[in-house]
Amino acid sequence: MTALLARDLRLAFRAGGGFGLALAFFLIVVVLVPFSVGPESSLLAAIAPGVLWLGALLACLLSLDRLLALDFEDGTLDLLVGAPIPLEGALSVKALAHWLTTGLPLVLAAPVLGVLLNLPLAGFGWLTASLLAGTPALSVIGTFGAALTVGIKRGGLLLSLLVLPLYVPTLIFGAETARRGAMGMEATTPLAMLTGITLATVALMPFASAAVLRMGLR
Amino acid sequence: MELRVDNLTIARGGVPVLAGVHFVLPAGRALVLRGPNGAGKTTLLRTLAGLQPALSGQISGAGERIAYAAHADGLKAMLSVTENLQFWAEIFGTRETDAALDAYALRPLAERMAGTLSAGQKRRLGLARLLVTGRPVWVLDEPTVSLDTAAVAQFAAALQTHLAAGGSAVIATHIDLGFKAATLDIASFRAASTLLAGASDEAFL
Repeated sequence: MTALLARDLRLAFRAGGGFGLALAFFLIVVVLVPFSVGPESSLLAAIAPGVLWLGALLACLLSLDRLLALDFEDGTLDLLVGAPIPLEGALSVKALAHWLTTGLPLVLAAPVLGVLLNLPLAGFGWLTASLLAGTPALSVIGTFGAALTVGIKRGGLLLSLLVLPLYVPTLIFGAETARRGAMGMEATTPLAMLTGITLATVALMPFASAAVLRMGLR
Repeated sequence: MELRVDNLTIARGGVPVLAGVHFVLPAGRALVLRGPNGAGKTTLLRTLAGLQPALSGQISGAGERIAYAAHADGLKAMLSVTENLQFWAEIFGTRETDAALDAYALRPLAERMAGTLSAGQKRRLGLARLLVTGRPVWVLDEPTVSLDTAAVAQFAAALQTHLAAGGSAVIATHIDLGFKAATLDIASFRAASTLLAGASDEAFL
């Protein structure tokens, strides 16, 4: 398991590994927002939590199609099925590696980009907390989508269509936490809901992912 | 422990390709599968490796004892030869990669990125992976593709060492491995077209 995590992290940082692509995409989307809606600071402050959450979600989505497709093409998945580690565990580890290389950098970058969008001071803590609690769910659900579309040529768009509806609950509670926090309201309830969704997906999704992957490899 | 296959029916894309396959492979022996293209060699090997379910019949002595190698070697282009081997060694709970590097003369290439290797060198690395799995039953699909004569000799030597140590192997190949091994012509197990009913994968859904 640790070998698989170490290998995935090492590959992500090597040339062509795609580390930083999602982060750069997030950066560009957020920087483009003031250009499209105008520079009024009160308007930007109002939409900042939603924009940051949507940007993080889309950046995460962007990196999903390489999550399992590369391992499928070079035969690694076939060999992992026969390996002595359970496929559910292997997919959990791959989701963790995806979160460490995609989700965690987004969490760390979001407060910096919050400054660009004039996010109220009270919102920074809640924004970071909501992203920290919510992005693991994005990786785990994304792994399920990647397992579902493995073996389909050019499956990237199909993957997005399948995964985006599953992201809705995480987006609702994540953006709500950040919005309430920014407005100085009580935000622990949506944060608790968000954490609950993440914990449930982390616990259950790997079983669904492994089941559909076994079918996809046939 | 022997690998035993009884009355096995297997399908590809929902269409049965082989029916009534049976053989017994004792430890220390190799079995060479022969048959024309499309006869079902790869499907049979993937079924043995547990990558797809059989329609009917029993396989015993497989599961966690199988090491499977097919056309795709499971190598990462941006990892070195040693890193690739070490990864699979750790996944399979062995740590020893020296013997595998020596068996296929990979030591001069040890620090090269796998992506820069030639097709034959990649194949040698893919076959070396079998040695680090520590599994007793090798299931090999066309293992000698793109190998030169020297590398085929290395493969035959590694295989004979494996058999002498009590391992066994099922190999789909068309070339002569240079030693005597039992042969199974799977064309004689071709499935009758009447078996179609209930064979579709969709029945599962």
